[in-house]
Amino acid sequence: MREWRYLLNGSSLALDAETCIGCGSCVEVCPHDVFLVEAGKARIRDRALCMECGACSRNCPVGALGVSSGVGCAAAIIAGKRGLASSGCGCSTDSSSSCC
Amino acid sequence: MTFTRVSAKSLLVDPSPLTVPNERYVTGFVESSGRLTPRIGTRLGIADIAGAWRVRLGIGRGRYRVRPGLYAVGAPTPASAVLVTANYKLSFDELRKRLSGIDAWIVVLDTKGVNVWCAAGKGSFGTKELVERLAKLSLKEVVAHRIIVLPQLAAPGVSAVEVATASGFRVVYGPVRAADLPAFLESGMKKDAAMRTVRFGLADRAVLGPLELVHAWPLAGAALALALLSALPFSGGFGSRLSAISSVLIGSVVLGSLGFPILLPALPFRSFALKGAALGTVWGLAGSILAAARPLGGVSLVLASSAIVSYLGLNFTGSSTYTCQTGTAREVKLGIPAMITAAALSVLAGGISAFSRY
Repeated sequence: MREWRYLLNGSSLALDAETCIGCGSCVEVCPHDVFLVEAGKARIRDRALCMECGACSRNCPVGALGVSSGVGCAAAIIAGKRGLASSGCGCSTDSSSSCC
Repeated sequence: MTFTRVSAKSLLVDPSPLTVPNERYVTGFVESSGRLTPRIGTRLGIADIAGAWRVRLGIGRGRYRVRPGLYAVGAPTPASAVLVTANYKLSFDELRKRLSGIDAWIVVLDTKGVNVWCAAGKGSFGTKELVERLAKLSLKEVVAHRIIVLPQLAAPGVSAVEVATASGFRVVYGPVRAADLPAFLESGMKKDAAMRTVRFGLADRAVLGPLELVHAWPLAGAALALALLSALPFSGGFGSRLSAISSVLIGSVVLGSLGFPILLPALPFRSFALKGAALGTVWGLAGSILAAARPLGGVSLVLASSAIVSYLGLNFTGSSTYTCQTGTAREVKLGIPAMITAAALSVLAGGISAFSRY
């Protein structure tokens, strides 16, 4: 299966091995198979596959994962810069872009 | 027991003033624990298929919604699985068409007509909406167990831990694709790596092209304006110059919209703007040669088509399934000024070419 890589992917992903209890929640929610659990601890298998969606950190029961998440959508970022949308992706409401 | 469609509407839980394009997906009612729940069909009709094409072309996308609430598929009992989804009708249809032969409860959240993944990113498919919806629907009176299955792509918006605390239901994240749901349910809710991973294959990408093209019309207008300028003066073959130049430029808008998504993995660079610039440059060069453009006219065409395809490529980050915000923000910061510069130089070169012999 193809593995997709993008600029700066996964640069903000941080895993605190001390805190991790190896429950595998991150493995269960990650859409790009970034994690694996080895010897009772989660490990980042391939950081460059991470799109920083935030699913893992939101579902980590012990707060061992941190990532600065947001939409990787150019139209939303441009709209945000022009003050059209306060934050995140406002594209579905103005339908100016196909994202979301 | 039979009901007319009019009474069907009034019995739906949580009526809201949404435009519901059609409710033909409600095929009857299920009686369980003293409640009537609308039963939905698992076969899509012509209206559903036409509706999918319409929204793929960007027509009425924001209004393509299903009424939030509780639905039944098959003949569910208090022991049946509960599947949660978004109220974008395209998402809802993709779910129900995979459930033939399955007895389950469907909880449709109010995600403002947005698909699961994007709604999760925005927070409308989130912990709060989920917990409130479960309480509103009194799901605890419908099922005897305390497990709800969410699409895996809802995870950026939902905290399973918080949902369990607030609602008493344990969240199980199902497969990414509804197509894998039957196997997932059959196996006792186990998923393998393939079920967990977003693919973004050729068909997934190609289907996004038409909407990109519909949204690209302002760019096509600008391309036409540039073609008019570059084809000047009005004497000596203006018409043939105009048709050659506009073919190259309008062609680059079509290429950037329909071709870019298809060619994505074959294009060099990780940056979408650079992928687009590379594709546009090749297109512009080929077009200049075929159109037998004058030297400066050719430069103008290459600059314009690389800027056009680069912009459309950058825009495709919003539809792609693997771009992060940091990288996209950097591309916008560096790419947009470069595109504007290229476009300005292209107009300059086109103008000079039009009024000189170069």
